[in-house]
Amino acid sequence: MTNLAVLPIVTPLLFGVLLFFVRYRIRLQMGLATAGTLATLIFSALLAHTVSKDGIQVLHVGGWEAPYGIPLVADMLAAILVTISSVVTLACLLYAFHALDDERKRNYAFPLMMILLCGVNGSFLTGDIFNLFVFFEVMLLASYVLLSLGGGRIQLRETIKYIVINIIASSLFVIAIAYLYSITGTLNMAHIAQRIAELGQDGLTTTVSLLFLTVFGLKSALFLFFWLPGSYSAPPAPIAALFAALLTKVGIYSIIRTFTLIFPHQPQITHEIMMWLAGLTMLLGALGVIAYWRIKQILAYNVIVSVGFILFGVGVASEAALSGAVYYLIHDMIAKALIFILGGAIISIAGTDKLREISGLIHFRPILGWLFFLSALALAGVPPLSGFVGKVMILQGGVQAKAFVLVALGLLSSLLVLYSVMKVFINSFWGETLLSEGEEKSTGKGALLPSLILAALVVGFGLGAEEILAYVRQAVEPLVDPSIYIEAVLS
Amino acid sequence: MELYMSLSIGVLFAVGVYLILTRSLLRIILGTSLLTHGVHLLLLTMSRLKTGAAPLLGEKAAAYVDPLPQALILTSIVISFGVTSFFFVLAYKAYQKLGTDDMEQLRGQDDEQ
Repeated sequence: MTNLAVLPIVTPLLFGVLLFFVRYRIRLQMGLATAGTLATLIFSALLAHTVSKDGIQVLHVGGWEAPYGIPLVADMLAAILVTISSVVTLACLLYAFHALDDERKRNYAFPLMMILLCGVNGSFLTGDIFNLFVFFEVMLLASYVLLSLGGGRIQLRETIKYIVINIIASSLFVIAIAYLYSITGTLNMAHIAQRIAELGQDGLTTTVSLLFLTVFGLKSALFLFFWLPGSYSAPPAPIAALFAALLTKVGIYSIIRTFTLIFPHQPQITHEIMMWLAGLTMLLGALGVIAYWRIKQILAYNVIVSVGFILFGVGVASEAALSGAVYYLIHDMIAKALIFILGGAIISIAGTDKLREISGLIHFRPILGWLFFLSALALAGVPPLSGFVGKVMILQGGVQAKAFVLVALGLLSSLLVLYSVMKVFINSFWGETLLSEGEEKSTGKGALLPSLILAALVVGFGLGAEEILAYVRQAVEPLVDPSIYIEAVLS
Repeated sequence: MELYMSLSIGVLFAVGVYLILTRSLLRIILGTSLLTHGVHLLLLTMSRLKTGAAPLLGEKAAAYVDPLPQALILTSIVISFGVTSFFFVLAYKAYQKLGTDDMEQLRGQDDEQ
């Protein structure tokens, strides 16, 4: 047994704490934050490699055996997600170096981003349900501060709404944990799963599972997404990109984990409800996507559509659909960060996010324009790029499960997503230039490096789908057969 | 005993939800803290309120109460303290900057920066 599983959590925490002490030395902060995220990335990749070689890595923290202590469980799904979130955080940090103002840099923006990464990684790796709640709170507290940092009028207003929603969701989370503890008498997820499998999932347990669905649905914007468009359009672009790539995905991961491991026994109720919620999410998100003429809102609703799409795959719960959901989840984390960074670059160059006031940027920002075009195609799922494989597998699973209405909704939402991002592309990059050279508000150069990294990943994940799918298959194994996970933790 | 606890927790939830649905920001914060009070009491109740000694080994009793939920509640209390204090400061800052505590007036306008 090694301590490898704890490193993706401890490294960003350590560097985050370190950064608090060098508040006024911004260059040092930038160097340390990059080093910390790179180290996290290396440890995460190492962890994924170890998991692919030796199977699920379990670390019993403090040496207490399984049901009594807190285990950190790195199966392939967690290892992949931890790696991808480190990559995304690195890209957002690189963008933040250019895009954030000095005021925010001095007021702990970088340490908070590290703490956010710590919370996200911890949520992916933990094997204890209450510990999951604690890591959720670590992540959320960092996100409250990052959202309100700067104290603009819109930011203050939206933070109030975001915080109220999340306090209510967290209260519901603790309530659900209390009920589950009262039923099973344990907090270890593998142990809970074992006990529920023995007792049988009766009506009471199914009710509790629906409470969990509500909680994670609130966090991941599954149907209960009313808070998201406002909150995600308030903060500056690098922070919004970090939120869009990571925060909702943790909710999705928690739904995947709880409903494949703990509550898989009544799919005709729980998974049916999940599928219809996913369908409504896709539909309403797609309506939002086409309704607006402001970049920030269009991108925020795009987050919602993809949440619906992934959870449709989770709801079908066949092996093909789950592989598709995992693949699409990975793709979506990268693609959302990419498109938010590029959207932020457009807004910073034009000085506005109203599409009708931007035009002809391609004449003097060609690389940015074609990067945006590429990421728009990736979001819609055009074949050589990464969005395609996951989408096909989810739809294939949906057809096998005879959920034709939802498959149609999924396809329709893809079309509308393509329309919405192309609307942004055509309006902002084509046409006559409204700005002459030198008149633009910023150069947008800071966005190039991080978006090139992410774009390379988007292309690579599309072209190298065979290699990635080998990892995804390994990630799906414990989801289809939870006994693998349970034995790894409890033996 | 659990029944009485459940009833009073239900009252706390009802009052909390009612306060959260009002227009004044301060009442919303009070509502959230009542909600978290209810949640903590629920955690305590859900582990059964059997009689036993306090979970201190020095007590040398035959039976102790369940120590696990107490640890959970302690964790949850400090987390909600942190969140609530941040929320209070946020509300203060928002009142200074926006000049209102009425949620109806905190709606988004389209063309504001």
